[in-house]
Amino acid sequence: MAARGGRGQLHHEPADRARPRRQARLLAGEGRGRGDGRAEHRRHPVSGDGIRLLTPDGERVPHPDYPSDAGPEELRALYRDMALARRVDAEGVTLQRQGELGLWPSLLGQEAAQVGSVRALREGDRVFPSYREHAVALGRGVDPLALMRLFRGVDHGAWDPEAHDFHLYTLVIGSQTLHATGYACGMAKDGADAAVIVYFGDGATSQGDVSEAFNFAAVWDAPVVFFCQNNQWAISEPNERQTRVPLHQRAQGFGFPGVRVDGNDVLAVQAVTRAALDHARSGRGPFLIEAFTYRMGAHTTSDDPSRYRDAAEVESWRAKDPLLRLERLLRREGAADDAFFAEVAVAGEALAARVREGVRAMASPAPEEMFDHVYAEAHTGVDRERAAFAAYQAAFAEEG
Amino acid sequence: MAATRMTLVAALNEALRSVLADDPRTLVMGEDVGRLGGVFRVTDGLQKDFGEGRVIDTPLAESGIVGTAIGLALRGYRPIVEIQFDGFVFPGYDQIVTQLAKMHARSRGRVRLPVVIRIPYGGGIGAVEHHSESPEALFAHVAGVRVMSPATPGDAYWMLREAVRCDDPVIFFEPKRRYYDKGEVDVDPAAGERQPPAHTARVVRPGSDLTLAAYGPMVRTCLDAAGVAAEEGRDLEVVDLRSISPVDFDTVERSVRRTGRLVVAHEAPVFFGAGAEIAAHVAEHCFYHLSAPVLRVGAYHTPYPPSRLEEEYLPGIDRVLDAVDQALAH
Ligand SMILES: Cc1ncc(C[n+]2csc(CCOP(=O)(O)OP(=O)(O)O)c2C)c(N)n1
Repeated sequence: MAARGGRGQLHHEPADRARPRRQARLLAGEGRGRGDGRAEHRRHPVSGDGIRLLTPDGERVPHPDYPSDAGPEELRALYRDMALARRVDAEGVTLQRQGELGLWPSLLGQEAAQVGSVRALREGDRVFPSYREHAVALGRGVDPLALMRLFRGVDHGAWDPEAHDFHLYTLVIGSQTLHATGYACGMAKDGADAAVIVYFGDGATSQGDVSEAFNFAAVWDAPVVFFCQNNQWAISEPNERQTRVPLHQRAQGFGFPGVRVDGNDVLAVQAVTRAALDHARSGRGPFLIEAFTYRMGAHTTSDDPSRYRDAAEVESWRAKDPLLRLERLLRREGAADDAFFAEVAVAGEALAARVREGVRAMASPAPEEMFDHVYAEAHTGVDRERAAFAAYQAAFAEEG
Repeated sequence: MAATRMTLVAALNEALRSVLADDPRTLVMGEDVGRLGGVFRVTDGLQKDFGEGRVIDTPLAESGIVGTAIGLALRGYRPIVEIQFDGFVFPGYDQIVTQLAKMHARSRGRVRLPVVIRIPYGGGIGAVEHHSESPEALFAHVAGVRVMSPATPGDAYWMLREAVRCDDPVIFFEPKRRYYDKGEVDVDPAAGERQPPAHTARVVRPGSDLTLAAYGPMVRTCLDAAGVAAEEGRDLEVVDLRSISPVDFDTVERSVRRTGRLVVAHEAPVFFGAGAEIAAHVAEHCFYHLSAPVLRVGAYHTPYPPSRLEEEYLPGIDRVLDAVDQALAH
């Protein structure tokens, strides 16, 4: 397989796209009095959803380079993962609303991108997530309560990365792409038959770190798959505020292949990610996947998307719902019946109930824990502060 | 025009509005500052009124934001940059420290970089990692940038206006947990004459037994602590430093010479923090006026903890009063 430089019309920018010299105007201050400029903003720099194996109506479409042989059982498993992730995610939003979590970044709409990609991984492959990859986490066996602990403020997301081959969440945008690249180089040095996949958003591609990661990975032939979930928005900023070039095309400039895949098509995401991981594992260097998807909810529970985007846009994406699409396929191919969907829904409710109870039962950590693990080896400065803190607490206890 | 009551966020918004209206060379730039009006709404409505040419949504890249602001300033603009949260300034830290802070000196005064970098900072809002930090000492240690932090809506308004007018780069730390505190703001341009310059400290509560020096979010805490102490018959003076670089040592020294005791409080870790500088200075210059060692109150030398522990991590009224007790016991 070789997708170097992208193939087919899917990856090409429409030739007729006029590119206004808006940058120059910005600085000339011509924008004054032009209102909010929404119409101009909403013009998207590229068209085309990317490689697709499954239409929104649930019909399979073959692709010569990215075959999918998913049979009934695998389709059901994919559906189940997506549905459970969606249910856990909805519970995260609810728990935040009820004051049990400080924040929750919803993955609603991105289930196919996450489940398709994580299900393409082999054991031993390593994941570097950003902060919205809840379905990927579940796919790597991380307990949803471990995610909730971070967003409840009980810890900073302290699951064991080794146990799950799933690194800690990273909140500083783009940083993890460099860690992933370094890790992948280490893997290659060790001769491991494995690859790294690193997740980041479309906004992250603006960070210098991400460009540096692309370049390091390219010149070092690092076995890393860069998986960009282009959910169209970086908080309030639409994709064209981040880039003038379709994101998957960035890879070309760094000297490695990049493709766009329909991020709401779980089969296509899985097939493309599999191919990309094979490419990386076989020593041919990095690969960029742009999963073209949509963030259906708010950026996080603190965000109010009605301030910056149209309900009509959200509606248009609803028609591409990744779960509905797979459900249609399952029904079309007779791979699942009502009983299956009902059973998955019941499993979702049970999981949600466990999450809810688990979150409510989470105690705050003991304050002294602040001083644990600041350093790997004893540090007299921290020891002194820990002792002072203990004395201070004890004084309160005495006062009763 | 009489003073009106408004929140600190509204005061900052008014200040930005006024400088954008007054000076066509001013620009507001940052992530989500346009349509969204910033995640804290400090820039709410500004793009609507001044257009995309003046209120610019930038790509998600702090080094890019600060670096291009430097270029714009070189060209005669006055960029006012928003960094979304304290913990995200570091991708731009290189540009601030190695470029923004030094170009004026390096050019022997030829180059001026009137760039304001607004940073919502500090904890107490139950946020996740990187959203609650107090990195002011890291900036105050760098010569060439001014560092300030208002504590009230009135100061937020006037100090931001002054920061924009200043020909030096200013790191403007906004106490995010005081964003929705209300206070009097006199937006009458003539009222500007009556404002103390932004680099000066202000005695916000006179007292005779001990001086409490603070800035930003801790000013409130110290005033509350002074209120509690008053019930116990102790008369504390509270000094709002307002500026962290430079520090108005004259005002601090005058106060300490009268009270004989000083407690410095900030949210940042005590270790190598702003309090250390003030304590050392006062020990050196007011030695014979001191009845007690200068004490510092702040956070511990640990990473900012998960939010469920921030109550214990951040200095509150109790920790301030504990230090006050210790100082008064001498
Ligand atoms: C270095 C840095 N700057 C700013 C932020 C604040 N912030 C958090 S998420 C976000 C938008 C991210 O957009 P994108 O990369 O597209 O990912 P998405 O949230 O859409 O999944 C911003 C600006 C941050 N976390 N880190």
